[in-house]
Amino acid sequence: MLLAPRGELPLANAHDIVLCRQHVRRLAQEINFSLVDQTKFVTAASELARNAVIYGGGGRMLWELVESGSRRGVRLDFVDEGPGIANLELAMTDGWTSGTGLGMGLTGAKRLVNEFEIESTLGSGTRVSITRWR
Amino acid sequence: MPPQSKLSAVLRKRRDTIMAQWTQEQQREIGAARARLSQEEITRQSSQFLDLLVQAAQRTGVEDIAVGEWKEVRDFLDGLSRERVLSGFASDETATFILSLKRPIFDALREDSNGDADKLVADVWTATVLLDKLGLYTIKSFQRTREEVISRQQQELLELSTPVVKLWDGILALPMIGTLDSARTQVVMESLLQKIVETESQIAIVDITGVPTVDTLVAQHLLKTVTALRLMGAECIISGVRPQIAQTIVHLGVDLQGVTTKANLADALALALRRTGIEFKKQ
Amino acid sequence: MERIPILRMGEFLLATIQVEMHDQLALRLQDDLTAAIARHGSRGVLIDISALEIVDSFMGRMIADISGMARILDAKTVLVGMQPAVAITLVELGLSLPGIATALNVERGMQLLRTALESHGAASAPR
Repeated sequence: MLLAPRGELPLANAHDIVLCRQHVRRLAQEINFSLVDQTKFVTAASELARNAVIYGGGGRMLWELVESGSRRGVRLDFVDEGPGIANLELAMTDGWTSGTGLGMGLTGAKRLVNEFEIESTLGSGTRVSITRWR
Repeated sequence: MPPQSKLSAVLRKRRDTIMAQWTQEQQREIGAARARLSQEEITRQSSQFLDLLVQAAQRTGVEDIAVGEWKEVRDFLDGLSRERVLSGFASDETATFILSLKRPIFDALREDSNGDADKLVADVWTATVLLDKLGLYTIKSFQRTREEVISRQQQELLELSTPVVKLWDGILALPMIGTLDSARTQVVMESLLQKIVETESQIAIVDITGVPTVDTLVAQHLLKTVTALRLMGAECIISGVRPQIAQTIVHLGVDLQGVTTKANLADALALALRRTGIEFKKQ
Repeated sequence: MERIPILRMGEFLLATIQVEMHDQLALRLQDDLTAAIARHGSRGVLIDISALEIVDSFMGRMIADISGMARILDAKTVLVGMQPAVAITLVELGLSLPGIATALNVERGMQLLRTALESHGAASAPR
């Protein structure tokens, strides 16, 4: 294994989104995801990283190589201390229909990964966690 | 002397005896499987492993096999497990590689203990814990590889059951037979799109004559395929649309987004040929 | 300053995206393309994404925006060379980029543009 099993990357600006994508790509390759699965996972990470930077006022991505039985995978947590999402349910359906902004990123990302969890409190921030298994 | 350096010292000092006993035990345990593993192979693998084991134990001790210094040992066990999976061994037969090393090591430790029972117990315990960890690692690695092999075989089976056929220059056909679920759709999309790139085709005819039912989910899967094709600049024609399916699609309110549908493959081919500017003339 | 080069091919413009697009670069491309369309009276724009391994919703929106701007300037946009893995991902993401023409490669894209222009009547003479 060439990479450390876990770590953290800052998400402060647009350039960080690019670095984040590159790192997630490396992680996906480390676990030997198929090309399509790599693409899906990196794209999901890009969406969530962008959300953290643009809507969350900046944040960070925590990553971890995970195992469940004999399956291996990658887990990413996107954390920001931004304004939070007022109505999660609405955000996740609204964005989908309007095709722009926050909601699109969330519902889209959810379809690209195996596990998706989101916690958000108004005024304290958001945490989105995604996992993809090989 | 701390237990770990004691272990590596004993491994080095009594290597030959341990090797002899160990390879003998492996031969005996694997029994009927002997035909799959020659004496030379067993000796070679055992020898290599012992070297790596001694190295790692010397460098950093035997407490934690997840650290970097044990990587070569882990890699070796991954390689061994992989070989055994591909040769058709069972997981316990594979773990035997490690577990049959216990007896020879315990014997060696006892020879070296000079009658100090407490020390012997401590040394044996250290050795047992280490070998159990390595044994578990081997089994886990074996299971992982086996699941990868199975999943790859399933993939290949799926691909074989939906072959992409080149009907003419620039025209591909994909006869779908059987239920269209999301796993199948993924495989279909991947192979179809890949073929489009390889053959530089403009039109893909997806024939659903052999798809028994078309419900909302199936319709969605078809739509995904159609959309992906469009994004790449290729056109999709769906053929084999029976009257019932046409009714279902309308009742479900599915929007086919301007995809052309035809009742049978022949009509679809005729259309595709026209669209690619090809004309056939009877002699 | 980093920019995506825009090639002029007769009546058409070709922008080949080969690097990781960060936000500023994307906005700069929009500016440069719209300026070039206006300056040359271009009737068609080809956006070549055959080197892009990731297209997220931001990129998708950017491409849609460029297409919209081009249309207002009476130019047609064709997106060429999308990689299979990207197409599959975009579909899963829910982005179908409706209203944007697509082609397998630059050559086909040019054919598409020429055919589209012919059917629209005489093309305006390039300045």
